[in-house]
Amino acid sequence: MANQYANLCIAVTGLNANDNPGPGMAVIRSLKESFGDGLRIIGLSYESLEPGIYLRHHVNKTYLIPYPTEGTAALLERLAYIHQQENLDLIIPNFDSELFNFIKIASQLKQMGIASYLPSHQQLALRDKVNLKDFGDQHGLYVPADHKLYHADDLKKAADEFNFPMVIKGKFYEAYVVYSIDQAIKAFHQLNAAWGVPVIAQQYIKGTEINIAALGNGTGGNTSIVAMRKLYITDKGKAWAGVTIKDDKLITLANNFAKATNWKGGYEMEIMNDAEGHLYILEVNPRFPAWVYLTVAAGQNQPEALVKMALGNPVEPYDDYQAGKLFVRYSWDHIADISDFQQISVFGEL
Amino acid sequence: MKIKSNIATSENGFIFNPATGDSFSGNAMAATLLLAMKSGKTEAEIKKNILALYDVNTNQLERDWEDWMIQLKEANLLETEG
Repeated sequence: MANQYANLCIAVTGLNANDNPGPGMAVIRSLKESFGDGLRIIGLSYESLEPGIYLRHHVNKTYLIPYPTEGTAALLERLAYIHQQENLDLIIPNFDSELFNFIKIASQLKQMGIASYLPSHQQLALRDKVNLKDFGDQHGLYVPADHKLYHADDLKKAADEFNFPMVIKGKFYEAYVVYSIDQAIKAFHQLNAAWGVPVIAQQYIKGTEINIAALGNGTGGNTSIVAMRKLYITDKGKAWAGVTIKDDKLITLANNFAKATNWKGGYEMEIMNDAEGHLYILEVNPRFPAWVYLTVAAGQNQPEALVKMALGNPVEPYDDYQAGKLFVRYSWDHIADISDFQQISVFGEL
Repeated sequence: MKIKSNIATSENGFIFNPATGDSFSGNAMAATLLLAMKSGKTEAEIKKNILALYDVNTNQLERDWEDWMIQLKEANLLETEG
């Protein structure tokens, strides 16, 4: 019987494998491991220096796509062109900021023959940083208190309530732990400039940082859940090393989230386990994390499962994984030629 | 007092708690004690064995055992009673 997955063509975003990496390369690595060399990977990038563009043994071809701010019409037009060239089977978006548009055009992509496996706009909004505290309160989940900041003046109220340190977070990305009002104001302006308002001030919770990578099946359950404790954290708060852990409380938390949202697709829960053992949800990211390859190493290939589900095939939920699997991220100077840079910069394809 | 059943220990004294991700490096004596505790030996059996093998009196052993239990408890490696 022919393997229906052997010659798939899958487009992936998030090729920015830098010090704040997108998940794209980890997703590709997971897919290659499962589906083999017949798999064709099409990179979708926003900038000419996303490292994945030049990693040709992982990414067969890359196309520049328009920034999310250019809207869905521009995105759809570009994807139609790429589809014409590549005959895509599936798209896996990996950036928070692009998801709104990809969800909006999902039905049109389906008509074109391109599958995807994404949450709804409503699901996306539920876990938005702006709504997370309300969501937690409604479902009995621990979420740190927060204030939405529209002006630097709003910081005073937040500081009065939370004291220092507190956390200042961008609407989509980035967060700073600040220890004074001066640092808070600086962080507010930086995050406002990068991502706009509201900027979020969040109560600081001291504890152990744990992340959960999971795959929701869209009907209130999870097909896969893998938890990881951060062992080495960069100054951007990203895990540079981590180890898989197994604790029933974490599995229950992810299952409660899936049940409350009917989440469809990959997601990541950022958790702080405080001294009393309360699991505070700091964020829920609406896509796989950059460390998703660790799920493969631990015995649950989440990107593989997503592809199968996106193509309409049932996948039995995983029920176990290996604790004690460690990842250590590393940097590597990949060499390319200026002609490659020219090709992607001028023609938008490489 | 029992070591949590899911705690992984190695002969060289490395301890890993798969529920929390905590890891510890113990010395040779810690490794011996952990292996004995994990194998199901009772506190009395382990103490008797130490007294037979090492030049230590009962009082000193009791004090050291108490310290050892405190360390294991602080490291969240003991089964909670009840």
